Amino acid sequence: MNALLTRRFFVKASLSAAGGLLIAVRSVGPGLADAIAAAPWGADAPNRAQGAINAFVVVEPDNSVLIRLAKSEMGQGVTTSLPMIVAEELECDFLKIKVEYASANRNVVDGGPYGRMGTGGSSSVRGSRQMLQQAGASARVRLIAAAAQGWGVEPSACVARGGAVIHEASGRSAPYGALAPAAAAIQLVAEPAIKTPDQFTLIGTPQKRFDIPVKVTGEAKFGIDTRVPDMVYAAVANCPVFGGSLKTFDESAIKGRRGIIAVVPLGAAVAVVADRFWRAKQAALDLPITWDEGPAASVDSQQIRADYRAMLDGDVDNAVNKGDVAGAFSNGAKIVEALYEAPYLAHAPMEPLNATAYVQKDRVDVFMGTQFPEEAVKMAAQVSGVDQRNCFLHNCYLGGGFGRRAVNDELRQALQVSKAIGKPVKLVWTREEDIQHDRYRPLAAMRMRAALGPDGMVRGFDFRTAVGSIRQSLGWGGGGIEPSAVEGLANTPYKSAALRVDAAVKNNHVPVMFWRSVGSSQNAFAVESFIDEVAHAAGKDPYEFRRALLADKKDFVAVLDRLAHESDWGKPTPKGFGRGIAIHESFGTIVGEVAEVKVSDRGEVKVTRVVACVDCGHVVNPLTVAMQIESGVMYGLTAALFGEITIDKGRVAQSNFDTYQIARMADAPKIETHLQLSGGAKWGGIGEPGTPPIAPAVANAVFAATGKRIRALPLKNATLGV
Amino acid sequence: MLALTINGKTYNLDIEPETPVLWVLRDEIGLTGTKFGCGIAQCGCCTIHLDGVAVRSCQLQAGDVVGHQITTIEGLGAAQLHAVQRAWIEVDAPQCGYCQSGQIMAAASLLAQNPNPTDADIDAEITNICRCGTYPRIRAGIHRAAELLKT
Repeated sequence: MNALLTRRFFVKASLSAAGGLLIAVRSVGPGLADAIAAAPWGADAPNRAQGAINAFVVVEPDNSVLIRLAKSEMGQGVTTSLPMIVAEELECDFLKIKVEYASANRNVVDGGPYGRMGTGGSSSVRGSRQMLQQAGASARVRLIAAAAQGWGVEPSACVARGGAVIHEASGRSAPYGALAPAAAAIQLVAEPAIKTPDQFTLIGTPQKRFDIPVKVTGEAKFGIDTRVPDMVYAAVANCPVFGGSLKTFDESAIKGRRGIIAVVPLGAAVAVVADRFWRAKQAALDLPITWDEGPAASVDSQQIRADYRAMLDGDVDNAVNKGDVAGAFSNGAKIVEALYEAPYLAHAPMEPLNATAYVQKDRVDVFMGTQFPEEAVKMAAQVSGVDQRNCFLHNCYLGGGFGRRAVNDELRQALQVSKAIGKPVKLVWTREEDIQHDRYRPLAAMRMRAALGPDGMVRGFDFRTAVGSIRQSLGWGGGGIEPSAVEGLANTPYKSAALRVDAAVKNNHVPVMFWRSVGSSQNAFAVESFIDEVAHAAGKDPYEFRRALLADKKDFVAVLDRLAHESDWGKPTPKGFGRGIAIHESFGTIVGEVAEVKVSDRGEVKVTRVVACVDCGHVVNPLTVAMQIESGVMYGLTAALFGEITIDKGRVAQSNFDTYQIARMADAPKIETHLQLSGGAKWGGIGEPGTPPIAPAVANAVFAATGKRIRALPLKNATLGV
Repeated sequence: MLALTINGKTYNLDIEPETPVLWVLRDEIGLTGTKFGCGIAQCGCCTIHLDGVAVRSCQLQAGDVVGHQITTIEGLGAAQLHAVQRAWIEVDAPQCGYCQSGQIMAAASLLAQNPNPTDADIDAEITNICRCGTYPRIRAGIHRAAELLKT
């Protein structure tokens, strides 16, 4: 083992085991756990083994309970909500727990004790809830069994409460710390049942997030903050045109500069390595490079948009064909048709992509914030040639994910550079590299048609989309229609006797990937704007019209009714103001939103208020839910107002926040969140569902204010002035 | 050698004078609370105080701050949490947290100059970017911090 890296790393780990490195929360009031390490990576270190009751629960001799987190914290609050689920069953003092990341290495080599660690698809709570409840319940039952065994009494005569086991009849008690080693050895004949929602005492209560204190002091460590001994820095220049490759570079132009260590070619990129990032970055800007830009160097956005519109009249794959669509349209009293377009969008997480990799002969260490830590371990093995048993991913706080941190592009480069120069390398993308080398939300052209009967009710819908293929872009296989292309269209809840959904799914040279809410991000814009147009054509109020079409779906109606009530729907608005409504189900959750906008005579749009109503079935931490709705709304709003990635001569035309505009404080509306929970068997996600309704709600509000329909995003391109 | 005073401590640094203070803090000294977000002073993640006033450190050269006082997020609440930090915890402002050092430094500077900022003042003065949508809570945090500073 290399002494230089491991000495500091193991010092950290052992301090952590004793609790010393866990940053004490400055006392600002009750209810905050001394919980979160500023550097949240754990080691599953051997010295913890004694207190480990199972993979998720470790009780240390001082009675502190460590809960391992097997999802990535990117602001969605899993650091708190997932341990809540374990603690619900464990019967410990929740405010005294500690949390650290579970080891991705262990998950890869040890048969996956943590389940799937990939974080995305709004699935952290709903995907791991039962497993986490089981882990907490199992630990509790074994702690009780250990105590009972020690006292020579029946386990049924004991209870677990507040971090101790109590034998009620005699009043004897033992804290978990004393019981943990024995509990770890207990084999259960059968796993205990987990609680049902009516039994929850912690789940469903608002809990302050454990990670917030370290995020207000600057102590929270993101991947980009990694510092390891002997570390050097790399800046990257990626080929400006996707699909191009590196031809030549002239390292003599920068080699003699202070601090420059190496220049490493990477295929379609070049990395400049230096002793300080700024020196590497400046040198990378000045390095003369020639590229073979490849066949896409002449492509531009006008052509791309025309191509996708034309695809609507070309070969399509059929996703849904219900009822007599042809008949509905030939017999329809009125036909409504509209074409909607949504552009490429960048993810632009606040923390630019980065990874720190140290490739040694027989060990690889990676420090980064990633949504897919197991894949990072496997990538480390694949690029380095080192057995994956010796590849370690130390996950960090993510400065935003949104889907971008799902493929570890930055890690591949960091591994290649470290392998080439034999040192730990922190490779950081600039904002320009991030904006111009993203994997974008696909561009789409969506043609929507409805046939109405003489009563103004819908007889048939015909939806057709032309959009890029995420799975093709990622190199994944898969037959049939790509689900993300038609999600939100194929499963539309609106009632009609006839429904046809077709898709033409094809890529060009622009890479595309999951962007917060994926296919719903563009499809909800199309459906919810279109339903509004249909309502208008039928002479009906947009809320009432939707309600009639959703009459069979009580969960949708409950959300819609609550939304209308909370947003003062129907109350008069002053001149230049409008309200717009949208409702959409994604990731198992229904979200309705009403946007109030003000449009000036010059056509400037200001969104003043957004009211959201959410049915995600059940809630673990209502505080997290409110924050994620605010987050989803703002993420979608900034895209609706300003978001547009355009291509010029094969290159992304935008480069930084001066050319890729992001909403700021002055653009932010008041956002209110109301829960309308249907409970039962529904456990919906919350990370993404706030995003799809906002673009159509705002577009519909703009129509209400101005009489002008928005058929293409972003709004900044629309002419709305009087 | 440049002598820079950061959080009350003087560092003698052998660096190029045009090095942005952001990178001096992060890479020379190891104060990583101040973040890199864009490099062109658009996003505000790199906000520090120069003689008590918020400045974006990615566009501030090391040679220009000799003899001045730099305060970073680490220094803001060193003795005890600043009112802005306490308010942020009360209103649950941060999500991913990456922009928050800069938001807090900007807010603290605003309150030092304007103890009773209106919403319009906040719109005009707090232009830091957040991708997680924490603006409504930042606004609430600033109002709460203003109250805390009066007590």
